[in-house]
Amino acid sequence: MTRRPELLPGTLDMLILKTLTRGALHGYGIALSIKRSSDDVLTVEEGSLYPALQRLLVQGWVMGEWKVTETGRRARFYTLTAAGRKQLNVELSQFEQMITAIGRVLRDPQEA
Amino acid sequence: MAMKRFLNKLALLFRRDQFRNELDEEMAFHRVQVEQELVDGGMPREMARTAAMRQFGNATRLNEQSREVVGFRIESVIQDLRFALRQLRRSPGFALTATAILALGMGVSVAIFSFVDAALLEPLPYASPDRLLSVDESSALFLRSNLSRADYEDWKRENHSFSSLDAYTGTGYLLNTSSGTVPVPAARVSDGFFSTLGIKMMLGRGFLPGEDMPGKPKIAILTYGTWLRRYGGRSDIIGRAVDLSGADYTIVGVLPRTFEFAPRRDSEFWVPLLDKSGCEQRRSCHNLYGVGRLRDGITVDAARAEMKAIAAQLAKQYPGSNQGQSASVIPLAEIIVGPVRPVLLTLLAGAGLLLLIACVNVSSLLLVRSESRRREIAVRGALGATPARLARQFVTEGLLLTAAGCAGGMFTGVWLMKLLSRLIPQNMLVHLPFLGDVSMNAHVIAFAASIALLAALLLAATPVLRLSFQDIRDGLTEGERGAAGRLWKRLGANLVVVELAVAVVLLAGAGLLGKSFYRLLHVDNGFDTTHLATVQVMAPESTYTKDAQKIALYREIERRLGALPGVESVGITSDLPVQCNCDTDWIRIAGKPFHGEHNEVNEREVSPAYFATLKARLIGGRVFTAADDVNHPRVTVINEALAKKYFPGEDPIGKMIGEGDLAPNSMRQVIGVIANVREGAADDNVWPAEYFSIYHETDRFFSVAVRTTQDEKAMLPSIVSALHQIDPNMGVFAEKTMTQQIESSETSLLHQFATWLVAGFAVMALVLGVVGLYGVIAYSVSRRTREIGVRMALGAQRGTVYAMVMRQAGRLTGVGLAIGLVCAIGASLLMRKLLFGVQAWDLPTLLSVAFVLGCASMAASFLPARRAASVNPTDALRAE
Repeated sequence: MTRRPELLPGTLDMLILKTLTRGALHGYGIALSIKRSSDDVLTVEEGSLYPALQRLLVQGWVMGEWKVTETGRRARFYTLTAAGRKQLNVELSQFEQMITAIGRVLRDPQEA
Repeated sequence: MAMKRFLNKLALLFRRDQFRNELDEEMAFHRVQVEQELVDGGMPREMARTAAMRQFGNATRLNEQSREVVGFRIESVIQDLRFALRQLRRSPGFALTATAILALGMGVSVAIFSFVDAALLEPLPYASPDRLLSVDESSALFLRSNLSRADYEDWKRENHSFSSLDAYTGTGYLLNTSSGTVPVPAARVSDGFFSTLGIKMMLGRGFLPGEDMPGKPKIAILTYGTWLRRYGGRSDIIGRAVDLSGADYTIVGVLPRTFEFAPRRDSEFWVPLLDKSGCEQRRSCHNLYGVGRLRDGITVDAARAEMKAIAAQLAKQYPGSNQGQSASVIPLAEIIVGPVRPVLLTLLAGAGLLLLIACVNVSSLLLVRSESRRREIAVRGALGATPARLARQFVTEGLLLTAAGCAGGMFTGVWLMKLLSRLIPQNMLVHLPFLGDVSMNAHVIAFAASIALLAALLLAATPVLRLSFQDIRDGLTEGERGAAGRLWKRLGANLVVVELAVAVVLLAGAGLLGKSFYRLLHVDNGFDTTHLATVQVMAPESTYTKDAQKIALYREIERRLGALPGVESVGITSDLPVQCNCDTDWIRIAGKPFHGEHNEVNEREVSPAYFATLKARLIGGRVFTAADDVNHPRVTVINEALAKKYFPGEDPIGKMIGEGDLAPNSMRQVIGVIANVREGAADDNVWPAEYFSIYHETDRFFSVAVRTTQDEKAMLPSIVSALHQIDPNMGVFAEKTMTQQIESSETSLLHQFATWLVAGFAVMALVLGVVGLYGVIAYSVSRRTREIGVRMALGAQRGTVYAMVMRQAGRLTGVGLAIGLVCAIGASLLMRKLLFGVQAWDLPTLLSVAFVLGCASMAASFLPARRAASVNPTDALRAE
């Protein structure tokens, strides 16, 4: 069995928030969406998804609403709030800073 | 934002069932979707379901994790609490012991702290009491002596440090009441005294500026108690007249109920200074005490420096009376609580040590428990409890115990406070009124809360510490297999050593205090203190003005009391012995070099039969006779201390002593030397003393000492009534036996109080320490049953097993004793102010402490040793 790369720590919240910018989704939909948009590289473990969603709910960054899916089952759909959008921007800029910094270190180690 | 988060959480908490269902449903949906996905990918449905489940992991755990994100963890806290309660209920012996020990430690500390708080933290019920200073004179022998009125007036006028400087002195009056003439204590104060303290009258007015000058009208202020007791609390009291020793005073005010002034606490009437007494007309006679309120921005040091400068100026101006006189400026609180501070701090330290032992004891109990719960912990860990969750369980148990212990401790504390307040003798309350009103105030509650917090930390930390060192797998596999856990052995044994060492410190402290107290009561007083009845007399001024009248009174008292059945002899003196080194005189020896120094000696006026009545020993010369009266030259009897200091190597009999200027009328001849009679307190040094004939220097205030052949206490009433028969207008008071006098002196009461309390602490500490030792040894034996079985099966004798167990106990006791004794010497050095006639390293005391603790320890370890020796090898080996 091949090991899949683990999610970078601390990025799950950001990925969830980003995913929700495209519209309301239920938990399974979020996991699926992340998996698909990363070409199957990133897999969100259910074990971390639901605690993360609870955290975002409590912070007030997402809202949950029970709806019926196309298959006729009840599911909780999450939507991004205004505060969530703001938080996403914060996390994105922090993440970009981090990536740039890491990239700079990796690009030319001799000059460091 | 934080607020919103909190509200979100709160909302979720209230609908947590719904929340849980929603989460379950949501996850179920997710599982179904995954399953469907796998089925779509071609997997059989059965396998797909299992795969989906596996992928999802432990649903319950997941649910719990998600809930932890949300909740206040309140559910798991309640769960922990329930479990802890169940655990404690399962071992009620442990729970009760631990709670009781904690309650005891807490209660004692809280009660003692309440006294410390009352006495040391807020002793003075005045406006900004920290700005109040006691302003007095000082000389070489008296670091703080009274102020003379002339000096006081100069100080008051010239100083810039105090916004007001006032003076007070004690006095007494004869008051005519329906039940005859009674002496009442009173105080004379300067005009601004009450406003300096910041006291507002409850009724009427205080003294106005200038009302204390000589020749001003006689006015008086009553205390609240006097107003109630003597005047029935009538509201028209202001303006009424009161007859004090034959003079009419007008009542102008009544003090509030809360008024206290410890240095003159028993005073019923407060009057202005007014006319100068004989003493106050001389600058060299000191009878006042000063109290000043510091100006804003002036420090105590600055005020002291200024007063010293003024005193130095006066010494230059009036060398005859003021040479060597300086100023003493110290906080008023210091004067009042100074004597009790070492006692209270010692007691607080003792209580703290007891609390320490209690906490150590309980935490070692907890350790033993966690040791025997290794299996349970291991199983719970293996079933998936995280270390944090396990730790929380133990913390919860520790906190529960602390809570129970603290609740018990508060009750014990309140009860002990009441008990101790009742145990404080009345005489001591007179000096330290604030000790009478200890209560559960904010300070005490804060103190209780902080020690509860410390106890909680300790009790919660012990098992957690224990837990973190432990490998779960060890716990699972070890079972009851072998020797006691190494960590427990180390930690548990160390704790017992601490307990024993603390017990040694307390025992040694109690032993030393007890010995000091004994020495104090049995100090050599230079006279026979048994069968001696004493009483104080105040003769009315109107009847006894002339010397002849007073001498006639003395003779009559000697005759009437001497005629009582059971009376051997009667002596009269200006001051009874074992009171104070006070009422002093400055002397100069004729024919010796003199440079104006103050040769301070106690001065007493006594009757011819006084020394015989005391059974004081005459060393040389003669004592007074009835002929040594005003019509004959002044003569004096000196004590051995004076003879040694001022006549070293010579015979003082026949030598002349005078005042500083050797004025002819001050000269007196030494006619006799007596062995030292202790005039000062039991723990003071014996000072040089000179005695004059009371027939020569008469006084209306005097004390009578009566030597009896029968029980002196039973004689007191007949002595008092005989005195009243001589003159019903005479004030007769303070009738006591000499033994009572000595035992109820402030010094001895303080020592007694400290001794009993510390002894109580020490006994509790000993019991706790020895019980702790017993616990350690018994536990270790129970863990080593198998090992002992093996040893015995291999041929070890019972004696060897005994020796093995006793050796372990002996080692712990030995280490505890050694550490304890070293600490005890250190601690005793810290409280050496309370020690009298005994050194901190007093060998007999330390040896007896070691002996007592050694015996108790051996007794405590004998029981487990016997159990170990009676182990049946076959049973022990088969048991597992």
